[in-house]
Order: sequence, then C-alpha cells, then structure tokens
Amino acid sequence: MTERFAGTDRYIATDDLMMAVNAAVTLGRPLLIKGEPGTGKTQLAQEIARSLGKPMFEWHVKSTSKAQQGLYEYDAVSRLRDSQLGDARVHDIANYILKGSLWEAFDSEVQPVLLIDEIDKADIEFPNDLLRELDRMEFYVYETRRLVKARNRPIIVITSNNEKELPDAFLRRCFFHYIRFPDEATMARIVEVHYPGLKKELLAEALGSFFQVRETPGLKKKPSTSELLDWIKLLVAEDIDPAVLRSQDPKKTLPILHGALLKNEQDVHLFEQLVFLNRRVR
Amino acid sequence: MLVKFFFELRKGGVPVTITEFLTLLAALRAGVAWASAQDFYYLARTTLVKDERHYDRFDRVFAEIFNGAQKLFEEIVANVPDEWLRALAARTLTEEEKQKVEALGGWEKLLETLRQRLEEQKERHQGGNKWIGTQGTSAFGANGYNPEGIRIGQAGSRNRRAVKVWDRREYRNFDDTVELGTRNMKLALRKLRKFAREGAQDQLDLDGTINATARNAGLLDLKLVAERRNAVKVLLFLDVGGSMDDHIRVCEELFSAARTEFKHLEYFYFHNFLYESVWKDNRRRFAAVTPVMQILRTYGHDYRVIFVGDATMSPYEITQPGGSVEHWNKEAGSVWMGRMTAAYPRLVWLNPADADRWEYTASVRITRELVDERMYPVTIQGLDGAIGALRRPLGRGRTGSQWGGELIPGHEPSPSPR
Repeated sequence: MTERFAGTDRYIATDDLMMAVNAAVTLGRPLLIKGEPGTGKTQLAQEIARSLGKPMFEWHVKSTSKAQQGLYEYDAVSRLRDSQLGDARVHDIANYILKGSLWEAFDSEVQPVLLIDEIDKADIEFPNDLLRELDRMEFYVYETRRLVKARNRPIIVITSNNEKELPDAFLRRCFFHYIRFPDEATMARIVEVHYPGLKKELLAEALGSFFQVRETPGLKKKPSTSELLDWIKLLVAEDIDPAVLRSQDPKKTLPILHGALLKNEQDVHLFEQLVFLNRRVR
Repeated sequence: MLVKFFFELRKGGVPVTITEFLTLLAALRAGVAWASAQDFYYLARTTLVKDERHYDRFDRVFAEIFNGAQKLFEEIVANVPDEWLRALAARTLTEEEKQKVEALGGWEKLLETLRQRLEEQKERHQGGNKWIGTQGTSAFGANGYNPEGIRIGQAGSRNRRAVKVWDRREYRNFDDTVELGTRNMKLALRKLRKFAREGAQDQLDLDGTINATARNAGLLDLKLVAERRNAVKVLLFLDVGGSMDDHIRVCEELFSAARTEFKHLEYFYFHNFLYESVWKDNRRRFAAVTPVMQILRTYGHDYRVIFVGDATMSPYEITQPGGSVEHWNKEAGSVWMGRMTAAYPRLVWLNPADADRWEYTASVRITRELVDERMYPVTIQGLDGAIGALRRPLGRGRTGSQWGGELIPGHEPSPSPR
C-alpha cells in the first residue's frame, strides 16, 4: 500500500474512519458513509481527494435522479430539434450522448475520487441500478454500442442520511462506516483545526454548553458539529468573554446566541420552558 | 478461528454473507489491518456490518470471541521484549507460506504453522515461556496469526486503552428492535405511501412524447399525464387513558408522524376497546361522540385502519356485553371489532407494550385473534410488518378504480436479520 489517508489539516478523522477509508482504497471498493447530518460526510470525500492529491468528481443525488444520469444521458430532444432544422450533426448519435459524473470519473487519467452524495434521496431502485457499475467499474452505452471501462478504479465515497434503507445486494459491495457524533476530546481537536489558537477557556466553556444543549431530552434537531463551528465563529466575532459563558447556567438561561444551535422554534420553546421550570424550582 | 467468528456473527443476528467475509480476508491479506486488535476490529466492522443498527450486535459477538485473545495479547506485550517480537513477526511466515496456506484453504492450518514456529522459539528463549504456554493451550491462539498478532511488537503503545471499543457498546441505540422516535416512525410509515395518477392531465410526459414523436416520423406529438399524488387513506384509532398512560408519548409520536404522511387521515380515540362509539376530542369525549356505525358507512373499505392500544384489560371488556368499564355497552367489543375487520380488510393493531409479555395477557391474546394475528409491536421491525400487512392488495371484485395505481416500486419489508 503506497498511500494512507490519515485525516488532513482541515479534517480530523478518527481511527475507525481512517481504517474504513484505507480498507476501501486498498481493495477498490466503494465506501458507504452514514451519520448524523453535519458530521462531515460529504467533506470526507473532498479531504480524501485533497490529501491523496487526486482529482475529484461529484454526483449530487436528488429525489428525481436516475442511475442512468450518472453514466450518460441521451439528449433526444436536441437531436429531434437538430433533425427538424436539418443540422448535419444529427447523423452521429454520439453527439447527443452527454457524459455523467461516473463516466467522467472512469475516463480520468489518474485515479480519481468520486463522491455520490446523499444516495438515499433517490428512488428506491437507484442503488440497484448501479450494482454492476460499482462492482466491475464498467458500463455499456447502448446508443453507440460501446463499453466504457474505468481506466483507474476510482475511490468511491457514497453518503447516506438514512432516509431509505439501501438494498442488501448494494450494501454487500460496499464498505460501511457510521460516523459517530464526536466525543468532547475529538470535538476539541476539530474546533482547533478550524479555529487555531482559540482561547482555551472559551473553547472549554463553549464545548461544555454545547454538549449540555445536545443532551437535553426531547430536542427535535440536535445541534451538530457544523452548528457548533458556526456558533463558535459567532462567539469569536462577537468577542464574547468566556466568563459570560461560564456565568450562564444553561439550565437557567438560554445559551447566548442560541440561534446558531437551535434550528426550530419548538426546540427554542422547549428550552424556554425548561429554563422557566428550573427558575421556579430554585 | 475466523470462520467461527463468521458463524457466531450470523448466529448473533448480524447478516453477514460469504462475499463480505471473503472481502475481510482479502483485506487482511492486503495488509490493511496489520495493526492492532483494535484495527482488526475496525476493519472487520467496516467490511462485515452494513448498518449501524447492527453495530451493537457485532460488538457483543466480537467481545465474546476475542476477549480471550485480547487478554493474551496484553500478556504478550507485558512479557516479551520488543525486538524479539518484531523479529518474530518478520520471520514467522513468509509471503509464499501465507499464500500456500491460503491455497490449502485453511486458517487452521496456518495456525498450526504459527504454533510450530512459536514452539521452536521457546527452545531458544527463556523469556518466551509464559507466552507460548498460553498460546499453545488457548483456543484463541488463532489470534496469534491474524494480523494483529504479527504487529504485537510495534503496537504496544496503541493498546493501552483501558476500555476496548467493542466493550463500550456505544451503538446500542441503533438496534432496531428498540422503540423508535418520530423520525424513524415517519420513515417506516412512508413505506405505506402509494402514488397514483389522479386528476387532470397537465404534466408533460417526456418519454411518451418522444416515443410518440418518433412514431410520428419526427413531427412533435405532445403527450400529457396526470400528476402523481399520495393516495393512501388511513383511519387511526388511538387508545387513551387507563393502562395506556405509560405509552401515551409513543402514541402521540406515532400520531404526529402519521399526520404528515398521508393525504387522507382520520383519527379517533377510544378507551381500552372499541365499542359502539369513538370520539375525536378528548375534552368533549362524552359530548361529541361518533358512532362506529357512522364510520363504517362513511369511509370506504379502501381505507387502511390502524389501531394503537396495549389491549391490556379484563377479558370481559372484550367478550361480554356490558363489559366496558365506562358505560353499558349493548353489544360486546368483539362484535364491533368483527364488524371493523369485515369492513376494512387492511387493518392492523399496533401494540406499544413489550411483545415479550403479550402471551401472558389474556385480553391481548383475544385481541390478536380478533385482528387475525395482525398485531405488531411499535418498533421499526414491527412497523415494517404492519406496513406490509397494510399494503397487501385487496382481493378482486373489491378493486375500485378510484384507488388503482402502482405502489412505490417494489420495496418489500426488509427480511429478518437471520
């Protein structure tokens, strides 16, 4: 094995994540990444590409995406229009074959990284339609009767938010990793990477309040890493004194600048109720 | 050894396939985890487990199988000088030997070889006594070879962690036999959604248009279709009060989840069991009741009916006229339930009480019989089962055109883990 992924200066990878990435890279299997929103699933692919110095191709899946679109599309409407206008291009069907991200990745001169983002958003049959493509890294273009093969087996990273269950046949071909929500030590390292030289006290206090907010039972949307980072950015921008954070008992007041952490009114309301209750008790 | 691990995983409810197992072996051979026991754990998990719900089961099996090995491993590190081990690791088995043994098809065979090597080493080194002794007798000696073993000498520092990852069982919450939150519920209920094309034909059917145009010798021929709409209609009956108080939160979550998932949803409350009337507003439950007869008349048999209740009460409340705890009911609850199941072929009962205890309550058994065994626990698995029952197409003759249409392309309830 020549290269190992070990996180980057912008991305902290835990031991198990590194293992998953390296196993997938070594064996040339797709890596399926799940985890809470905001734990850096999409970013992982970008960081792998950056740290291994490989080109990156992205395929963002939407609810209307079809597996075929990642391979190629036959632009029948253009061809129809050209034929009505008598354009000479119309005679070569290859002019109307548009390459998809998967094809682009297969065509790459050096081994690329391909991100298939949010695969669970697509139709339930979507992963099944990619089985052969991901397994053999080749597909057939029926219109031009041509077999497209990967020059270099791409490193494929697939992310999922668990909105749909993926078929077993698909899972069997992937390596799987669930990004767990980071613990406090890891979180401190992550923040350090994003805001180097942040005051120690501020970081400690912010993390403390953050995890307290996260552990509040009944929250509809728990704040995640990206929200913490936004919040800290705000705290720094507003130049909040760590002492202010410390003096606030999160049980008695809403955390300062809570808008960055709590993303819907029910959660804010829940917090206000808790605060209210706690004030009455003491 | 690893074969045993494989079978234990399957026995432990982790759906591992042979392909995945072979992938793990391939990864080991490729040297992905010639690291520590922990690296081996991570590698095994990433190759064998494909769903975070199974992480906990995997952890349990892993702990059981490799506990001895881990202890052994620590002893080794404690008792054997580093250089010695490093040398051993390099020398123990050559590449060809590894391939040869692979070809012979046995890890067991491989272990034999390793054990022999270790025996030889014993003759030459006094310090090795204890280690080899353990290795020789322990069934977990197998671990001596798999890559974590080889790395022993170098990995000493990595292994100081007090609590092993797989013993922490951090993924307990993802196991899908435990109860679920609103979001999970939504996902489960979403499977019930059925789309049918209804209403005016106002969307361009691109495929149809191209097809028709081609057939029309290249002259445009526009085709239109109707929009796809969610066509599932649901009647929801919720048990309130009494023994259901413990489960009220789960019920409310189910309710709030259900609300956003269907176009037609009617909900009613009942107490303990279904009698001649139900109500829609708990504050006015005696003032504003809806007769069940009216429901039977109003809502067509294409509605799907979901009862939510723990069905825990005195059996007489179901079987006897006048059995209700609140009022005098002329006809027994079972009669009303019979009318319900006859009118609505697609009917399930969700029971938030622990499924293990159902057998011990007479009223639960009776209710299950009344709903033809279509009682399901409120877990993801249970909900999957319930949705499966609700999605069953109606028999012929009953098929009305207003709810014809295709289901979301074939998503069957996921098979049980074994």
